[in-house]
Amino acid sequence: MDESALHIVMVGHVDHGKSTVIGRLLYSTGALPAGTIDKVKRIAKETGKPFEYAYLLDAFEEEQKQGITIDTTRLQFKTDKRDYIIIDAPGHQEFLKNMISGASNAEAAFLIVDAARGVEEQTKRHAYILKLLGIRQIYVLINKMDLVDYQEAQFNKVQQHVQDFLQTLGLTAVSYLPLSAYYGENLLENSPKMPWYTGKSFIETLDSAKAHKTSEQRPLRLPIQDVFKFDDQRIIAGRIEAGTLNVGDDITIYPSGRQTKVTGFAQWPQDEHLQSHQAGESVGLLLEDEFFNQRGEIITKTAENSQPVVDTVIQTNLFWMGEQPLVPGKTYKLKIATQQVTARVLKILKVTDAGDLKARQNNDQVRLNDVAEVVFQTEQPLVYDFFNDQHVTGRFVLVDGYDVTGGGTITERYQGERELEGAVFNDGQQQYQLSLFDNYYLNGDHIETEATEGQYALTDELPLTGTSYHYPTRFNIILPRQNRVISVDHGRFIKVVSLEEQLTPDVPLINSIGAKVKLDPQRPLKAFLAEQETLNDKTKTAFYQKWLDFSAYHQVMIKEI
Amino acid sequence: MDRIDELEAESIYILREAYKNLGKLGLLWSIGKDSTVLLWLTKKAFYGQTPFPFIHVDTSFEMPEVIQYRDSLAKELNLDLIVYTNQQALDDGMNPKLGRLACCGALKTVALNQVVHKYAFDGLIVGVRQDEEGSRSKERIFSERTAQDKWDYTNQPPELWDEFKTDFPKGNHIRVHPLLHWTELDIWEYIQRENVPIIDLYFAKNGQRYRSLGCAPCSGTVPSNASTVQEIIDELKETTISERAGRAQDQEDAYAMQKLRQSGYM
Repeated sequence: MDESALHIVMVGHVDHGKSTVIGRLLYSTGALPAGTIDKVKRIAKETGKPFEYAYLLDAFEEEQKQGITIDTTRLQFKTDKRDYIIIDAPGHQEFLKNMISGASNAEAAFLIVDAARGVEEQTKRHAYILKLLGIRQIYVLINKMDLVDYQEAQFNKVQQHVQDFLQTLGLTAVSYLPLSAYYGENLLENSPKMPWYTGKSFIETLDSAKAHKTSEQRPLRLPIQDVFKFDDQRIIAGRIEAGTLNVGDDITIYPSGRQTKVTGFAQWPQDEHLQSHQAGESVGLLLEDEFFNQRGEIITKTAENSQPVVDTVIQTNLFWMGEQPLVPGKTYKLKIATQQVTARVLKILKVTDAGDLKARQNNDQVRLNDVAEVVFQTEQPLVYDFFNDQHVTGRFVLVDGYDVTGGGTITERYQGERELEGAVFNDGQQQYQLSLFDNYYLNGDHIETEATEGQYALTDELPLTGTSYHYPTRFNIILPRQNRVISVDHGRFIKVVSLEEQLTPDVPLINSIGAKVKLDPQRPLKAFLAEQETLNDKTKTAFYQKWLDFSAYHQVMIKEI
Repeated sequence: MDRIDELEAESIYILREAYKNLGKLGLLWSIGKDSTVLLWLTKKAFYGQTPFPFIHVDTSFEMPEVIQYRDSLAKELNLDLIVYTNQQALDDGMNPKLGRLACCGALKTVALNQVVHKYAFDGLIVGVRQDEEGSRSKERIFSERTAQDKWDYTNQPPELWDEFKTDFPKGNHIRVHPLLHWTELDIWEYIQRENVPIIDLYFAKNGQRYRSLGCAPCSGTVPSNASTVQEIIDELKETTISERAGRAQDQEDAYAMQKLRQSGYM
C-alpha cells in the first residue's frame, strides 16, 4: 500500500453526475458511517425529493434543496490498494472559483461527461482549468450510460468529441470509461450491460492512477516563511518545497544572491536531531552568517545547477475569478509561495473564453472565468521558476482587494518590450526601480502620487529637488531585499555596493520611496534590519513610525481642499 | 514522508502563516483531543514556544475532569490562558433544558463571539476537522467571519496552493483550521506517535468511553473497552459509528451544525 493518499478531483458540467459518482462509490464500498444513508433518505423524504447519492456530499441545506453542489467537498476513501482524498467540485459556472479551489492540489482528475448530453460549456472550461493548474493525468468518465441504453455507438461518439476538444488544449486523456454511477454499472466491476467495454472498471482505473513524482528529486527551493527570535537563537522558518537540505550545505538566498551555510536545524522536542530534511517538511534553519533575512526570500543550494530567475517582468498563463475584470495598468498583489509583490498589468497578450475555447477579439480586459496570457511588471524583483521545472515557485495567485481573484503558471520568459516605471538606476550590471522622485499632493480627502520617470546611469546628475521633495547632495539609498545600497554624492549617482559594506553609514540613509531611516548611535542600522526581519502585519505600522521619517525630505503639496 | 508526517508539516505551515500574517491571534482550546494536538503542533511549529493566548470558552456545564486537566496543563506549560464564560446568559437562566441548540448558541457561539470582540482577535485558531460533519467538509483553511460573526458559506473565496486569505476588513476575523485535513484516526495515530498528553476521559472505564467531548449534560459515552491509545486506534479502524454520535446538539435538526456554524460556532 502506498503511504500517502492520492488526491483526485471530479470535474465536469453541472448535472453530469460528479457527486453521484462519489456518493455511489462511498455507498457501494461500505465507506459510510452507519446511519448516513438513513439520514439522507429521511432528508429526501422530508423535502419531497427522490433519494440522491449526491446528498451524501452536498451537505448544505441549500445544496440539497436545489439539487446542486455549491462548494467543494473533500473526503477520504480507501481501496485495498491505497488511500484517496476525493474532491467533489461544483459544476456551475457561478461556482468556478470553488471548483478551482478544490482542484488546485489534485494529482489526477476525472472529467465526467453525460452520455446523452455530451460535451457542454463547463466540460471545456474545467478541462482548460485543469491544464492551467498543471494537472495532466486526466480520465474521462462517460456517465449516465443507462440513459442511452448502454450503447457503444453513443459512447464512441461522445469519446470522439471529448478527444477532439482536449486535443485543441494540448491535452490527452489517459482513458475513457463508460459508466452508470446511479446504477453502479462499471463502478466496482465490469458491467454485463456493456459487454463491449473491456477496459478497467472505475475503481480499477482509480487504483491505476499514479501519484505525483515527489519533488525531492528536484533542486532545492525553500521559501522563507518567517524569522523567529524567541530567544538568542535566530531561526529561519519555512517549508522545503522541492529538494533536500542537509546540515553543512552551502546555500544561496534570492533575490540578493547572498551565500552562506546551514549549520543546523532547530528542534523541538530536543531529542530529535535530524541532519537532513526533504521536500514537504516544515523546518527551521540555523545559518552560519547572521544576514538579515525576510519572508519571501528563496533559498537554493549553491552547488545545484538550476537556479531561479530574478526579474521584474513575468509572462503568465492565468485564470480570472474576479467580479471586476483584470485590466492593463491596474495593480494587484501577486503571491508566489511566501513572496508578495505589487504587480501592474503591463500587457494582455491573449484572452480566451474558456467555455467555447475561442480567443476573444479584444484584449482590453480579462473577464470573470476567462483564461488569458498576461504580462506583469512588479515593483520589487520577483524570484520565480518555470512551472515545468518547479511547481511551487512556478505558480502564483493574484489578490484584488480582499480576495484571491486569479492564479496561474509561468511557462516562459517575456521577450517583448519593457516599460520600467519611476526612477530607474542602472549601474551597468543591474537596474533598480525606485520612486524617490515622486510628488505627493493632497487632493480633497486623499493623497495623490505623481510618478516621476527617469533613467540614471553612473555619474549622472539627479533631480534632487522636485515639487514636493528636496534631498541633500549626499546620501545613501537602502534596498534591503536586494541587499544593496546606492550611493549619491555631489548630487550624482556614484555607485552600488552590497549592504554589508555600508552597515555603518556616515551619510543620511533613505529607503526606496525617499523616507529617511532614523538612525543614531543608540539605534544603529543593524537594529533596524534585525527588527525588519520579524515584521508582520500587526507590528509593521509601529515599525514604520519608529524608524522612518517621510517628512525629512518631503512636503505634501495642497492641490484641492 | 508518511501520511502523518505530511499532515504535521501542513499544520505547522498553516500555524506559521497565521502567526506571520494575521494580527492578534488566539487558539481555541476545548481541552479535547483535537485542540490538544493543536497545542502540541504549536509547540513544534515555534520550537517550544506558545506565542499566542489559548482561549477556553467555559460553559459552566463542563465536566469537572476537564477543568482540572485544563488548569494543571496550563500551569505546567505556562500558557497564556483566557477563560471566558457568557455570564449574562447564565444569569438569565440559560441551560440545556431550554433546548440544546439554544444552549450551545448562547454558551458557546455567543460566548465565542464575545471573546473575539473583547480581545479584538483578528485570527482564531480552531481544531475542527473536515471528516467531523457535513458543513465542516466544506470549510476553507483560512475562513473569514464577518463583524457579526457570520460565515458566508455559500460564497466562500477561492483558496488554492496554500495562499490563504489574509486580507479582510477590520472587525472581521479569520478562523484558522490547521487540522482541517486530519481524520479522527490521524489524530489518535499522532497522539500515539508523539506521545501527546491527553485527558483520560477518552479511555474506557466500565465498558464505556467518550469519543467526543462536550459539556457534561450533552456528551454521551460509547460502548468500548479501549483503554489505551493503541486500543482506540484499533477500535476506530473497525467502527462504523460516527464520531459525533454521542453529541446531542447534532441530532436536533438535519442541518443543526450548519446553522450553529453559520452564526459563529466553531
